[in-house]
Amino acid sequence: MLYIKCPHCGMRSQNEFSYGGDATIKRPELGKEISDQDWDNFVYNRKSLRGKHWELWQHISGCRQWIKVERDTATHEIFNTLKANEEISL
Amino acid sequence: MQKYSVFSLVKNALSNHENWDLAWKDPTPKKEYDVVIIGGGGHGLATAYYLAKEHNITNVAIIEKGWIGGGNVGRNTTIIRSNYMHDDNALFSEFGMDLWRRMSQDLNYNVMFSPRGIINLAHSDAQMNTYARRGNSMRLNGIDAVLLNREEVKEIIPMADFSDNVRFPIFGGLMQPSAGTARHDAVAWGYARQADDMGVDIIQNCEVIGFDVSAGKINGVRTSRGDIKAKKIGLCVAGSTNILAEKLNMTLPIETHLLQACVSEPVKPVLDKVVTFGAGHFYISQSDKGEMVMGGDLDGYNSYAQRGNLPTLQHVLTEGIAMMPFLSKLKMLRTWGGIMDMSMDGSPIIDKTHIEGLYLNCGWCYGGFKATPASGWTFAHTIAQDRVHELNAGYSLNRFNTGHLLDEKGLGTKTWIS
Repeated sequence: MLYIKCPHCGMRSQNEFSYGGDATIKRPELGKEISDQDWDNFVYNRKSLRGKHWELWQHISGCRQWIKVERDTATHEIFNTLKANEEISL
Repeated sequence: MQKYSVFSLVKNALSNHENWDLAWKDPTPKKEYDVVIIGGGGHGLATAYYLAKEHNITNVAIIEKGWIGGGNVGRNTTIIRSNYMHDDNALFSEFGMDLWRRMSQDLNYNVMFSPRGIINLAHSDAQMNTYARRGNSMRLNGIDAVLLNREEVKEIIPMADFSDNVRFPIFGGLMQPSAGTARHDAVAWGYARQADDMGVDIIQNCEVIGFDVSAGKINGVRTSRGDIKAKKIGLCVAGSTNILAEKLNMTLPIETHLLQACVSEPVKPVLDKVVTFGAGHFYISQSDKGEMVMGGDLDGYNSYAQRGNLPTLQHVLTEGIAMMPFLSKLKMLRTWGGIMDMSMDGSPIIDKTHIEGLYLNCGWCYGGFKATPASGWTFAHTIAQDRVHELNAGYSLNRFNTGHLLDEKGLGTKTWIS
């Protein structure tokens, strides 16, 4: 069982959250000319590496806010959590 | 190579089984090979076997970080089926079914292929309609499919919950009678033994550290046991695909996730089919030892942990108990987890890459084991001929770019969408 510290509600169990994938992926800017490859990278292509990983979770059975979580994909250790609008400093 | 038979068994019994040949050797890596296969799992071993058998390419090395058959081929629920609707998946899998049927004879190794049949349960009229459509598509592709009504399902699996007051009543099911199970380790060992006999070097405890790529061509691989040159390199590394892709500066439509499975304590024979729950994601069969072999959803977040988390196991077994209430009386014997190369549309990738001489075999999601022979066969063809076979043409890497997705069930990385 993971325990995730929601920046809005505090420490809660994994059962209250749902997963939203890589948090470092940026949607191409609206109205800007982009290539198929840019779109492909945004929709499908992922690094998904072993080790530290910034990812989105939604506190779906709590405050329903999306949050960012820095977790180790091998050990599940959680290092940091941010609100959705807070920038990740890599 | 010693042929395995009842006579060799008797002969070796007389000498206390002390004179059996080694099933495969433990060679030191050579400086150069025609083809290097990375990953000594089912798919890698099968690829090497078919390279040697079908294409006469025997100067081949399989390099494996751990020991052969120690990854997902050693930790799955052994289900073999071809009950797909889309042509690309159906024809590929049915080709594989033919290989499965002949495998024990071809490999001279008893893989205990047991075509006991699989039943996908339906829990609504709409689901029955969907299954009728899928069954018809299967039959058009020459795959056996039988649509069963509630009474017919009850006759086959009376231990399922047919009481009146259940949340997901059983309306019927779709059965593929020729589907089944096999002994997973035997598949890996059988392929390894034959490949070794034809001259393939199986190199274990050999980790890939990097690649030698220049001018868009692959020249070799750097390993913990020295550099190995090869003009052709095939990747068959399942859950480690992303790690090797990074060393090649590639970003793939693959995420690495954890999938759990479990077995109960052994009980007397009760279930002679593979059964899947239609209102969630749960599958079950009974092993020859009597254990109920069960599995279901991914843990749901990127993971390399190779061990499971309990909330998912609880969720999966809740579905199992809803389907077959007697399961609640059984004790859990063991649970395990493996890391899956989850593709974004739930279908695999067997293709060339933008690097000349580098070939990719990944994205097997929940279905890697059953694909072992067909994957090895088509990947060997792709490597040997430097072009995809029509059977794996649909499993292209650029389909995500062109929009030709193979979204059979949409069971890729985002399981909640289905």
